[in-house]
Amino acid sequence: MEGKGPLASDFDVILPDLAMGQRTPERAETKILEEACNIALSAANLKPEDLEYMLAGDLLSQIISSSFAARQITAPYLGLYGACSTAAESLILGAMLIDGGFADTVLAATSSHYQTAERQYRYPIELNIQRKVTAQVTVTGASAAILKSQGTGPRITCATVGRVIDLGIKDSSDMGSAMAPAAADTLFWHLSDTNTRPEDYDLVLTGDLGRVGTVMLGEVLKDKGIVLGPNYNDCGLMIFSQDQDVGAGGSGCACSGVVAMGHIYKSMLRGLIKKVLLISTGALFSPLSFQQGETIPGIAHALVIEQA
Amino acid sequence: MPLDEAELGRRQARYQEIVKQNKPRPPILRNFLLAFVVGGAICVIGQAVLEFFTARGLTVDEAAGPTLAVMIFLGALATGLGIYDDLGELSGAGAAVPITGFSNTIVAAAMDFKREGYVLGMGSKMFIIAGPVLVFGIVSAVLIGIIRMLAT
Repeated sequence: MEGKGPLASDFDVILPDLAMGQRTPERAETKILEEACNIALSAANLKPEDLEYMLAGDLLSQIISSSFAARQITAPYLGLYGACSTAAESLILGAMLIDGGFADTVLAATSSHYQTAERQYRYPIELNIQRKVTAQVTVTGASAAILKSQGTGPRITCATVGRVIDLGIKDSSDMGSAMAPAAADTLFWHLSDTNTRPEDYDLVLTGDLGRVGTVMLGEVLKDKGIVLGPNYNDCGLMIFSQDQDVGAGGSGCACSGVVAMGHIYKSMLRGLIKKVLLISTGALFSPLSFQQGETIPGIAHALVIEQA
Repeated sequence: MPLDEAELGRRQARYQEIVKQNKPRPPILRNFLLAFVVGGAICVIGQAVLEFFTARGLTVDEAAGPTLAVMIFLGALATGLGIYDDLGELSGAGAAVPITGFSNTIVAAAMDFKREGYVLGMGSKMFIIAGPVLVFGIVSAVLIGIIRMLAT
């Protein structure tokens, strides 16, 4: 479905189906992540043994997709969990490892899969259930980025690690609203730390707030005196087109992953945009915590990607 | 700076007000109409099956059993073909309420959990959605039965 969306031409591989010829959707997700890593390696002319670290995470319990993919990639591996914010989390940590002098070559990767997420967080795939207007669709895909201490491509120049913010949303079919306050908080602190305004970026991009969450973000930011202009967008809104039946938009680790590493990266290489503020958002709940009536805490990590 | 509980409570209340005001409303009229049309269509099929059996000499009471069996089979078939979840997405309760929907909950769960094995996967989890319906359906049937026994 993502392959029929407006950003399809910027993806390296469009999957023909969700199964990838695998026995289970979980295996399919691992396979997609492995492929993304291999494509990134060959694009950078690297072999797995050139990698000093692999940083990866996904949505499944015990992050099996990432760990199983790391089994094939064979690089020293650190598994991450930041729900749908993992794309930014892995890039930030990778950039910090390099900046701190601990590595020169790092792979940062993440994946999500519609069916594995449905199975873990919601209902059986074939169950007759109507998606609520606020609910989003998990993006099936994987993104992988090679970070290097040298080279000419876009660079990560600045990052703001977010705080966990919970304003009491309990509705797991409205994660945009649950995550919007975290995005607002991270954006606020990022702007005040770096003394910048939203207009200073060619693009301010949130991860997967979707149609509902972006509205809530605007409302919360109003209270903080920040107004987002036409240079604001959300990966969850960009990845699908309006006429695709996707509820309030896309979500999942791969949502901000494939939009940023696919579409945004290529737009930067083409020189269309130079400075992007990416804020990947995540909802830090589990099916268990939801059933026990706990609220849904949100997280958001911001990083600035610049093309000189 | 430690978390200030009272301040957090105020912020939560304010945010939930914002969310309530800005949340999109579900398209109720469209949902009602689609539920009526799809649910009605399933019932028409059920009626046709019933007519088929009564035309072959069964009484309406006798035909109810085989009709249900046929409808359960059709629901299971549509689930296996991957149609029934689309029907549910389109029409909500229109697809969920008829017995075909009940059949869908069991078959969908069975298909999903088959990957974890026939015993610990499918066998233990195929009633994960239908289970509560059965439990509370049977409990309320027993309760009503007791009331009826006492009242008559």
